[in-house]
Amino acid sequence: MHHRILRLILFFTSALFVLTAYAESELNMPVGGTILSEEIYKLHMAGFYVCCGIGVVVFGVLIYSLIRFRKSKGAQAAHFHEHLGVEIIWTTIPFLILVALAIPATIVLGHIHNTDKSALTLKITGYQWKWKYEYLDQGISFFSVLSTTQDQINNKAKKSEWYLLEVDHEAVVPINTKIKLLITADDVIHSWWVPALGVKQDAIPGYINENWIYVTKPGTYRGQCGELCGLNHGFMPIVVKAVPQAEFDQWVKNHHPGNSFTPLQPALNPLTGDALLALGKAQYEKNCVMCHQANGAGLPPSFPALKKSRIVTGAPDAAIAFVLSGVPGTAMQAFGEQLDDQNIAAIMTYIRSAWGNSDLVKQQKYSTVIQPKDVAKVRQGSKP
Amino acid sequence: MTEAIIHTHAAADHFDAHHGPEKGFKRWLFTTNHKDIGTLYLLFSLVMLFIGGLMALVIRAELFEPGKVLIDPEFFNQMTTMHGLIMVFGVIMPAMAGLANWMIPLMIGAPDMALPRLNNWSFWLLPFAFCLLMSTLIMSGPAPDFGWTFYAPLSTTYGPKSTDFFIFSVHMMGASSIMAALNIVVTIFNMRAPGMTWGKLPLFVWSWLVTGFLLLAVMPVLAGCVTMMLMDRHFHTSFFNAAGGGDPLLFQHVFWFFGHPEVYILILPGFGIISEVVSTFSRKRLFGYKFMVAATVLIAFIGLIVWMHHMFTTGAPITAQLYFMYATMLVAIPTGIKIFNWLATLFKGSITFETPMLFALGFLVMFTIGGFSGVMLSLVPADYQYRDSYFVVAHFHYVLVSGSLFAIFAAIYYWLPKWTGRMYSERLGQIHFWLSVIGMNLAFLPMHFLGLAGMPRRIPDYPLQFTDFNQLCTIGAFIFGMAQLVFLYIILKECVSHTKPDVSNQVWEGAKGLEWTLPSPPPYHTFETAPIVP
Repeated sequence: MHHRILRLILFFTSALFVLTAYAESELNMPVGGTILSEEIYKLHMAGFYVCCGIGVVVFGVLIYSLIRFRKSKGAQAAHFHEHLGVEIIWTTIPFLILVALAIPATIVLGHIHNTDKSALTLKITGYQWKWKYEYLDQGISFFSVLSTTQDQINNKAKKSEWYLLEVDHEAVVPINTKIKLLITADDVIHSWWVPALGVKQDAIPGYINENWIYVTKPGTYRGQCGELCGLNHGFMPIVVKAVPQAEFDQWVKNHHPGNSFTPLQPALNPLTGDALLALGKAQYEKNCVMCHQANGAGLPPSFPALKKSRIVTGAPDAAIAFVLSGVPGTAMQAFGEQLDDQNIAAIMTYIRSAWGNSDLVKQQKYSTVIQPKDVAKVRQGSKP
Repeated sequence: MTEAIIHTHAAADHFDAHHGPEKGFKRWLFTTNHKDIGTLYLLFSLVMLFIGGLMALVIRAELFEPGKVLIDPEFFNQMTTMHGLIMVFGVIMPAMAGLANWMIPLMIGAPDMALPRLNNWSFWLLPFAFCLLMSTLIMSGPAPDFGWTFYAPLSTTYGPKSTDFFIFSVHMMGASSIMAALNIVVTIFNMRAPGMTWGKLPLFVWSWLVTGFLLLAVMPVLAGCVTMMLMDRHFHTSFFNAAGGGDPLLFQHVFWFFGHPEVYILILPGFGIISEVVSTFSRKRLFGYKFMVAATVLIAFIGLIVWMHHMFTTGAPITAQLYFMYATMLVAIPTGIKIFNWLATLFKGSITFETPMLFALGFLVMFTIGGFSGVMLSLVPADYQYRDSYFVVAHFHYVLVSGSLFAIFAAIYYWLPKWTGRMYSERLGQIHFWLSVIGMNLAFLPMHFLGLAGMPRRIPDYPLQFTDFNQLCTIGAFIFGMAQLVFLYIILKECVSHTKPDVSNQVWEGAKGLEWTLPSPPPYHTFETAPIVP
């Protein structure tokens, strides 16, 4: 009996060790690539080693007692049951150990709170379920959305290397620069967490929280939302690319409003229906599918169906206005702030055509195709 | 009480019941007997353990592989929420209340609880509260899906319609807990047998006394919290809505002012149980009784003033963070005193390893590990990295599963022969223990590594590099689940068996206390005449 149990334990512990070796690089907190992440890592290891030390003592005494004082080995119980001296000792020594841990923790905490003398300010806003980055000094602002496809999530395609840790637009930051992060949220509470940058800071509506990074190692840093924020909490990754200053300057130049590319640039050229449908399907899968689902059935009542929806199949202007301004207090955001006219027109065309919606649209003598200029018209009209 | 002192009957001689229990379901519905109510609490907790456990297995099955495995994210969030609520409010708290009902009158020499009808009500609220809560799973639209911590505004402005059912069921659970706590405190103050002085009170009773006060202090705060939610949702107030001038952080302060003492509510009675069991199977008096009592009181007191350590990443000012860090670290000192005193009790004892003792030793080892990660979590800068990751999930499962739940298992194996008069199968008990230990460690140890490597909690799908450890966790969870079927078999066998009682009054060689002076099983009414405690 005992031998069997022993063998079972041996088997499982050895299995544990084999798997541990297999995944060696992911056992511990990353040292990371910023000043703070290294300090935090050292504090974490200090805490860990202190716990190990105490563990050796406690478990040592425990194991010794369990072996030495077994009744089956004829142990007789002693009669002592109190001793003031030892109580004082095991109150005082832990206290001193804790003081020794509290000192470095206090120092590192002071560093975290010191956001002075930053050279760059990056405002980060959490939305259900995407991040918005605003470079306040450079006037750049864009949304960053998961770029892993639904097919990968639903096991219909091979998963990419950075499955669930990849986005369409990375936040780019210069190395060797102190960057102040201003973190807030638009709807519910999120948390901006990149382990290797040593930052986890809650994004709370109505609050602007501060933290900072000073990246010393160039590279791509990945993280995820750290606070449950609803349906797609697991699908709003963070990707930060740290590059040398010159490369960052070039990136800023490329992205400056009025230059070659900004995500909100209105594209008003008319497109063919097929082109709109193709673009619309791609944009739908990126922006809408998580709630309204690939088959348009949604997840009612929280996320209404688009299939046979009266709003979707109704008058074009009303439908466009709905998407542009969203529904406050729900995950249906004001997409007018996030997507340009061309993308919104494409999405509208797609959802008015798919899932048999086109029949309903045509019955009412409307067109399924929505052109970018239609969106622009509604957008203009909605401005005060 | 003065009348009781005049009587000099030895308690064990006096078990001629005036009337037995009623027959059929009326016995259970209308009972005011502390033993019946204790049994009801424990059976309710057992049922909920399997429901909550099944939900945990659904969660673990979904996380076996990256990509969608079984369920969609919407249902996943409902499962994590329900699993948490059920395990905290439906399993650990009722089980501890059941043990209190059964054992406190027996341990202090009282004929029953002080407020028997209130006792009936506080139990019977629970099944209705949980039916209300779980009915949301079969409604159209999602059940509560915002985690058991239900942070606003996710649970208010953005909460599903079923949130209102959740609010009312929390109110009912809270009312039940407040009444149970009130009853226990009043019983301990007023119903002790002559000679059962504060200095002789068994540790289990002491720890429940302290727990009772904690419950009375914080349960009304939870009620206030969910009431404010209700007002925000339906009466256009803006307690937690930033857009209306309210404060989402106020929610977290109010919630954690309840929530942190809540974790001590879950573990303190467990400390009491372990003190009883370790002493019995070491055949040695508990070491440092006074310090153990003082440590319990101290843990409860500090527990009331450290709530903000759950909120270190919310952008708290550094002064607040420092205070809450130092205060949190202080919790380690009385907890350490407890661990060291248990070790000193074992030291130079005469130790045997029956199932209750095994669970107590498992508690001692693994609760300590949970305590270690607790100390690490108190260090604010490191906490920035641990918070809301799987490291935290590992931490609280080490203190709640191998802490509170193992303590409950220890208590049940310890007192079950007293309750039923029959010894459980030691062999099956040991199988239950070893499978539980293996499953538990396999399920929760790798979670530390996952959290450190950057896996957030409450995600239905994860990046590829987390696959290995997640698979290990899932295998462990299923082993742990299977182990509880052994437990179920042991309990059911004890409950339905009609064989003659086969254990003595004493049951365990080293056991001390009034409950062991009674027959096994004890008659329906006990200590109608108070025993005199020498």
